[in-house]
Amino acid sequence: MFGKLRRLKQDVSGIALEESERLPSDERRRFLRNGLFTAGGAMVGGALAGISPRLGAAETQYPPEIPSWTRSLGPGVVTDPYGVPSPFEKGVIRRNVPWLTAEKTSSISFSPLQHLKGIITPNGLFFERHHAGRPEVDPQQHRLMIHGLVDRPIILSMEDLQRFPSVSQINFIECPANGGMEWRGAQLNSLQFLHGMVSCAEWTGVRLSTLLQEVGMKPEGKWLLAEGADGAAMTRSIPMEKALDDVIVAYAQNGEALRREQGYPIRLVVPGWEGNTHVKWLRRLEVGDKPWMQREETSKYTDLMPDGTAHGFTWVMEAKSVITSPCPEMPLRGSGIYQIEGIAWSGKGKVKAVDVSVDGGRNWRQARLREPVMSKSLTRFSLEWNWDGNPALLQSRVIDETGYVQPTLSQLKEARGTNSIYHKNAIQTWQVTPDGSVNNVQV
Amino acid sequence: MSMAAACQAESAGYYGYGEPATKEQIAGWDIDVRPDGKGLPEGSGTVDEGMNVYETYCSSCHGAFGEGMGRFPKLAGGDGSLTEDRPEKTVGSYWPYASTLWDYIHRAMPFFAPQSLTDDQVYALTAYVLNLNYIVDGDFVANKETLPKVKMPNEDNFVWEDPRPDIHNERCMKDCRDTVEVTDSAVGKNLTPSTTGPLDKGLTE
Repeated sequence: MFGKLRRLKQDVSGIALEESERLPSDERRRFLRNGLFTAGGAMVGGALAGISPRLGAAETQYPPEIPSWTRSLGPGVVTDPYGVPSPFEKGVIRRNVPWLTAEKTSSISFSPLQHLKGIITPNGLFFERHHAGRPEVDPQQHRLMIHGLVDRPIILSMEDLQRFPSVSQINFIECPANGGMEWRGAQLNSLQFLHGMVSCAEWTGVRLSTLLQEVGMKPEGKWLLAEGADGAAMTRSIPMEKALDDVIVAYAQNGEALRREQGYPIRLVVPGWEGNTHVKWLRRLEVGDKPWMQREETSKYTDLMPDGTAHGFTWVMEAKSVITSPCPEMPLRGSGIYQIEGIAWSGKGKVKAVDVSVDGGRNWRQARLREPVMSKSLTRFSLEWNWDGNPALLQSRVIDETGYVQPTLSQLKEARGTNSIYHKNAIQTWQVTPDGSVNNVQV
Repeated sequence: MSMAAACQAESAGYYGYGEPATKEQIAGWDIDVRPDGKGLPEGSGTVDEGMNVYETYCSSCHGAFGEGMGRFPKLAGGDGSLTEDRPEKTVGSYWPYASTLWDYIHRAMPFFAPQSLTDDQVYALTAYVLNLNYIVDGDFVANKETLPKVKMPNEDNFVWEDPRPDIHNERCMKDCRDTVEVTDSAVGKNLTPSTTGPLDKGLTE
C-alpha cells in the first residue's frame, strides 16, 4: 500500500506525502487516513482504494457543490521559494508591439494597466525600455564612478553604496513616448499598448545629494552626466538643481533588489522626469559645467514642432490621466452601476483633482481620489456611473497642484502639430458601444 | 553631538566609503564628448577610410548610403523634411552637433558589438557620415581640432528652454462644448497585437 502511495508522489498529493513521511508513525497513519480517505477522497483516495469519486463534485466547483480545492491539500510553503503569480493570471504580462521597433533589444514593453490595482506596479510588470538589450550585471563586479568637477573622485562598490543613509520614495516612471503612436490618429485599441509605458514603484537608495556632498563638488559644477553600463552606454545630462533636489541612486524596487529590466544593481530615479533620464545599470556620474548634448537628448527625446524647430530639455512629464476600467480590454457587461476607475499623475507634484465625463467632454463630474495621494506618484480615482446601455464617450481630466489642467488632443495638436512624438498627455477618449465594448477613439 | 555630526556631514569625505578613482581608472571610463570638443581623443580618420569601415560594420543596418533598413535609423538625407507630414530626422537634417556623432558611434556602435572600434575608425566613420550628408567635403579629415568646428545645418533650430506649459486648458464642468464628433477610431485598423493569451500571437483585428 505504501509502495503504491510513493508511486503517486509526482501526483497532486506528492507534497502531502513527503510531509507525512516526516511524521511519527502513529501521527502519520492518522494523517494519511484523514488526508486521503476523508478529505482528499475525490481525487486520490478514489484512485487508490477503488472508491468512486463523487461525480457531482468533479463536474462543478460552484455552490452547492464543494470545490475540489476545498476537499484536498494544497502544496506547502516554499513550493515556490520565490513566489510566482497564480497560473490563472498568466495572461497578465508585459507585452510589446512587434511593428514598433527593428529589434527587441532596442524596444519597449507595456505594463498591463487594465489588470493593475492600487498605485504600485508589481516588479515583474513594470514597463521596460532598453536601448541595447538588458545587460546581466554582476553586482560584485559592478562599480559606480563619480568624478569630474569634484574634490575627491571615487569608485564605489555596491556594498559601499548601501552603507550610505538610505531613503525610500514612491514615484512613477513614464517614457515620454507613451501614447506617442497616436499623434496622427487612433491606432491601437488597447489601454495597455496606448498608455502602458508608465509604472510606479517604491524606490530605495541613496540621495544623489549625499553622494555629491561626499565627493565635494566644485562651484562651477552645474551639470551632471549619468551613464549606464549597458551596450548603449546610455547617457543623459541633468542640471545640478534637479540632481540635488530629489534624485536618488536606487538599488531597491518595492522592497527587493532592482529587477534586471529596471537597471540591476543600480539606477537613477529622477522623480517626475521623462523615463530615459532615470539611467539604468548606472556606472558613472560626472560633474561638469555644461550639458553634453548626447544622442538621447538631441536626436531623440526632443520635440519637433510644425515650423521645423525642436524643443530640447523637455524633461518634465506634465500631468496626465487615463480611465483604466472600463477600457478596450475591460468592456462593460450590461447596463447598471459601474465604478469608473483610473490613474492620474503629474511630474510637477501632487494630483489635485480628477474630473470624469461620460459625454465626450460636454459635462464633467469630479471623481473621488483614492489615498494615498503623493507627489510624482500614480494616484487612483473613481466615479460611480449608472450606465443606461446607450453609447457613451468616457474621458478623464487631471488637475495637478500647480493648477495645470490636462489638455485635449486638439489643443495639443494645435500647439505642437503631429510630429513631436513625445509628451502626448492629452485627454483619452473611450467610446462605449451599446453592446458594452470599449474602443479607442479621437474626438 | 548631533550638531557636530550635521556639520561633518556637510564636508567631503565624511563617510570615506569606496576608493579614490585614479587618473587611469577615470580615463578608462570617461568616454563622453561635448560639442566644444571636450573629451575627443587623439587620432584621426578620412572620409575614404570611413567608407570602408562603414561597409564592414554599418551598412547591413543603415544601408549602403545611410538610407536605413527596415526600422533601423536613416543616417542621411531628409533635408527640408522637418516641416513635412513625414519628417526624416537624420544626422544631416536633424542632429545639432557633430560631436554627438563621434560620441554615439564610439559608445554604442556597431549595435551588436559596442565599443569595439578604434578611435581612428570612429573618426573615419564620423567623417564618412558627415560627408554622406554633404556637410563636409570628400577630403575632410576628422580629428579633435576639426570636429568641433563643423557647423550642423539644423543647430540653430533647437530651443533648449522648455516652453511648457504651452497649453492652457480650462476646468469647465458644465456645457463645455456643443457637439462631440468622433474623428478617428482604432477599430478595424489591424494594428493592435493580442492583449490576451501568450505573447506575440499576432494582431487581433
